[in-house]
Parts: sequence; C-alpha cells; structure tokens
Amino acid sequence: MAKANEIKYLTAIKQEKRAKKFCRFKKYGIKYIDYKDAEFLKKFLNEQGKLFPRRLTGNSLKYQRKVSEAVKKGRQMALLPYVTDLLK
Amino acid sequence: MNNYELMVIFTPVLSEDDFKAAQRKFTDLITENGGEMVNSNPWGLKSLAYPIQKKTTAIYWVAEFKGQPDFNEKLKIQLLRDEQVLRHMINKLDKYAVEYNHRKKSGAPTGTEKAVEV
Repeated sequence: MAKANEIKYLTAIKQEKRAKKFCRFKKYGIKYIDYKDAEFLKKFLNEQGKLFPRRLTGNSLKYQRKVSEAVKKGRQMALLPYVTDLLK
Repeated sequence: MNNYELMVIFTPVLSEDDFKAAQRKFTDLITENGGEMVNSNPWGLKSLAYPIQKKTTAIYWVAEFKGQPDFNEKLKIQLLRDEQVLRHMINKLDKYAVEYNHRKKSGAPTGTEKAVEV
C-alpha cells in the first residue's frame, strides 16, 4: 500500500501559505491600550460587538487581556455597545 | 501621589456654564485635597452606545490628575451624590498610560496608527 507521502500527484498541491499572524502590540511597541479610543478597539469586536478570540486577532496573551479590559471599560462608559446588530 | 484618570458622564440637559461649573467643582475638590490637575479634556455632547437612564446622548468629561490614594473615596462620594452625573469611572494610570496621554495631548503620534491596517 502506497504510504501517504509516496503518493505523487500529477500537479503539486499548493498549500497557500497563510500570512503568519503577529501580535501587533509587541511588533509596534504599543504599551498602553486606551479604553477611550473606540475606533481602535472596534478592530477587535465582531459585528455583534463581541470580542474576537486570540486565534483571530493574533494577539499575545498579555495584550489580549489588556484589549479585553479596555473594551469592557469602554462598554461601561457607553463608548462601545454591549450588544448590537451592525457594529461596523 | 499616583496618577488617576477620571471620566464623568453628565446629563445632556446640562447648559454650557453648568457644565463648566461642575467641572470647576470637581477640579477644586481635587486641588483642595492635595491633588494636582494634570489635564482636563471636556468632550462635550456625545451620543451614547446604549441609553443610560433613558437618555441617548450625554456630556463627557475626562480629567487626568495626581492625588493621594485615599482621596478617591471622597471623590467617589461627591460623584455619587451629584444628580447631574450619570456615570463615572476612576482609573489608575501606570507609567505607560501617563506617557500615552502625554503624547496624545502634545500631538505626538501614539503607536496605534501604525497598528491600524492589520
């Protein structure tokens, strides 16, 4: 039985190389995430105003927590909605 | 003397000079108790993301000040007692936050513009 890696395809299967996710806070050296900056925080919210998980934002754990803390403060001060249908 | 940031949401029915009077009241309270006002930034009338006490717009005021740790209790009591104040929040600022606010006030680019395109 031909083992998987011995199978030769007619055309090479091209696995598209997904862009390597990076933590934008470490890369650009941002140290403080301002809860007042609603436009910037909206990058991390989906249409319903919920937070994106780390695997989608690519943030490191330390900065994902800071983002979630800032978003919750923004929600408390009515800068960001708790739940909405069309945020963007 | 820690750095704090106070954000206050006033009722939208506040007139301009009432708004200034309210700001002065709190800034005087801060300076009387050995605090020091660093920056006062009234945003004015803004629409809220969700209605607070049946109001959809409100007047925002952000103030950055230095103060004693035990002073915040007194400030909180005053804020809770004032009916014009819908909601308030006091945050402790670490050194990065202070540097961020300073750069934002002086117009220097804070890092967030670079990180927008991702």
